[in-house]
Amino acid sequence: MNTNSRLIVGPFNRVEGDLEVTLDISAGQVQSARVTAPMYRGFERILVGRPPEDALVVAPRICGICSVSQSVAAARALASVARIAMPDNGRLLTDLMLACENAADHLTHFVLFFMPDFVRPTYADRPWFAAAERRFAAIHGEASRQMVPARARFLHLMGLLAGKWPHSLALQPGGVTKGVDSGERIRLLGILADFRRQLEQVLFADSLENIAALSSRAALESWADQAPQDHGDFRLFLHIARDLRLDQSGHGPHRFLSHGSFGLFPAGQAVSGAISAFDPAQVAEDLTSAWMDTPALPDADKAGAYSWCKAPRLSGQSFETGALARAMVAADSLARDLCADKGGSVQARVVIRLVELAKLVIAMENWTKRIKPGEAICEEAPLPLHGHGLGLVEAARGALSHRLDMDGGRIRDYAIIAPTTWNFSPRDQAGNPGPLEQALQGAPVQDGETTPIAVQHIVRSFDPCMACTVH
Amino acid sequence: MSLLAADDMGLVHSLERFGIHLLWHPSLSMECGAEAVAILEDAASGRIKVDALCVEGAALTGPDGSGRFQILSGTGKAMTWWIKAIAAQAHHVVAVGSCAAFGGFPAAEDNPTDSVSLQDLLGADFRAQGGLPVINVAGCAPHPGWLVESLAELALSGTCALDSLGRPRAFADHLAHHGCGRNEFYEFKASAARASDRGCLMENLGCKATQAPGDCNIRRWNGYGSCTDAGYACINCTSPDFQDPEASFTETAKIAGIPVGLPVDMPKAWFVALAALSKSATPKRVRANSHADHVVVPPARLPPKHS
Ligand code: SF4
Repeated sequence: MNTNSRLIVGPFNRVEGDLEVTLDISAGQVQSARVTAPMYRGFERILVGRPPEDALVVAPRICGICSVSQSVAAARALASVARIAMPDNGRLLTDLMLACENAADHLTHFVLFFMPDFVRPTYADRPWFAAAERRFAAIHGEASRQMVPARARFLHLMGLLAGKWPHSLALQPGGVTKGVDSGERIRLLGILADFRRQLEQVLFADSLENIAALSSRAALESWADQAPQDHGDFRLFLHIARDLRLDQSGHGPHRFLSHGSFGLFPAGQAVSGAISAFDPAQVAEDLTSAWMDTPALPDADKAGAYSWCKAPRLSGQSFETGALARAMVAADSLARDLCADKGGSVQARVVIRLVELAKLVIAMENWTKRIKPGEAICEEAPLPLHGHGLGLVEAARGALSHRLDMDGGRIRDYAIIAPTTWNFSPRDQAGNPGPLEQALQGAPVQDGETTPIAVQHIVRSFDPCMACTVH
Repeated sequence: MSLLAADDMGLVHSLERFGIHLLWHPSLSMECGAEAVAILEDAASGRIKVDALCVEGAALTGPDGSGRFQILSGTGKAMTWWIKAIAAQAHHVVAVGSCAAFGGFPAAEDNPTDSVSLQDLLGADFRAQGGLPVINVAGCAPHPGWLVESLAELALSGTCALDSLGRPRAFADHLAHHGCGRNEFYEFKASAARASDRGCLMENLGCKATQAPGDCNIRRWNGYGSCTDAGYACINCTSPDFQDPEASFTETAKIAGIPVGLPVDMPKAWFVALAALSKSATPKRVRANSHADHVVVPPARLPPKHS
């Protein structure tokens, strides 16, 4: 490609919601990228004026895939106003539901959204292509035939604890509305054992404990070489990533943010590897490139704007969030090794997401054993008439916050910052790109490509959820 | 994404059993960008035959009727344009979820995006080529089985019985109250007073299941569940305007102490009389358990006849 050109890529499927990417290309590379969320939804305005507890009904409906995360964020915002804490059972059951959603999302992303891109004809000559096609062809690949049913049975945990998934009101500020008797506790363990078996046989071809223990790039590479490339889907990905140099693709800002989760992952920020505390007061939303005049007032004709997504910044800077960020902030040695030089990459994001999946299932088994049937599950949470609340959660895709302002027993203001709002934010006042925009710079574009394959890998490596982004 | 768990086997495979194949699905298909637009253009021009157009989400007509609150990326055209173009060619048009069926949450309060239902977008007189109005697989979210079985019925018999609001009668002929695990508490009006109590949720905690179309408690969700069995109110999410209740969602609106939303076909005086009678006859076990988060008084047993 010898001329300068511009490509507009969309609709971007196998991401949740609507996304368009504009690429300025020259010398066979993306020179600059603009990420557009082409849909506005107005959920924050719908919340204003309602009784605060109604946030528990409205907020999860922002999104069909991180519904539980939205519920937990709303519940935590209310709990911070009511100044209450949950009984142990309430916390364990809440964690189980949140972890179930996070784990199911990680699996869905890998099998259905991310891996099918390696089945494109452009890769037909690669040594792994036949295996990738057999395993990951969209809709009909073996992996989706095995893992979609496994995921559905795993979500029986939500049927049991939350009534259904998505959109449950079982998640309350003071705990949960549904306790677990001794028989139900056994059923939960059965669901988890079944899911563990599927992951160990199909996805990892190894025990969850061995995956969770991978602690360096060298350990990962040597694990990959311990068996034929198609021995487990995780191993197949590692071979593909090595061949395509996905560790050199899609570098983000090398700034990571995590709200912390489950007591497994601490809250904090990691900037070029240096970890420090996270101060929510330093977060601001920049509207320069958003079709918004004020945080709640849309303006589709605003000059210079190109997305419905606002640009959250922490101390004025863009931050990447997600499973990789959780691990970086936790000083996880594998994550730090994978990000050592240039920060996040396509490979690092996908590897750490799957390692987290293994860790979550192990933790869920432990929590389930600690549930005490018959003991309290929910603290009453009477709300004052006025107050401010903040609910911080880690959704599968990263840091999610709900900020609530109430007056006279009604919601006066409700502000949500979703993980993909961080990751897919547009340029800010200083012209600094969002993490995805930055990660796309330098992506190779082959002659004749209308939807460059490298761009697709990078975009999907973030596991975007556009529906939440533009709430 | 709830559909991905359909019948524990996934949307694609559960539909395949009935000979139904997806032309394109935004989350599941391979085709992206230009390839996807080509499929949609073929559908809009009639070059490929569309047996059923399924739309999730309300039609965003704002700002000022332009539809620009939702542009289909890569096409520069509003989603409302695409829906109208493909609906004109499709044999059936299916609204998936209460947003597409009735407007839902996007249409709440002052409706910031000027959201409308699919039938409103296409016109009250709209009939798809197969002769049916928009088929409203309502629910927020709808049960995966409702969609799969509605599409299968269309494939099998070419039609689908609908109620007066366009909902398939297969699920709309039931009430969400049928089969609820709290039915014994309901009978005695032994009511939960706070979230996590085991009692019936109708009197205090906002349960509208006695008016809500749906077989939720008969067929169950995600293997085991239902809203009411998990301890929280049915919010009647299969009905128009459920997003704007009279009171908070989890509080029962009452006039003079009597719930406003009584079962639609029950005379109020009868309800009040029966409620008073059954309350006076409530067994101790039922009353005690209704205010606990686990069974505190198990059912009494007859002593064995021969000891
Ligand atoms: S909780 Fe709702 S669905 Fe269950 S018995 Fe009471 S009124 Fe019926």
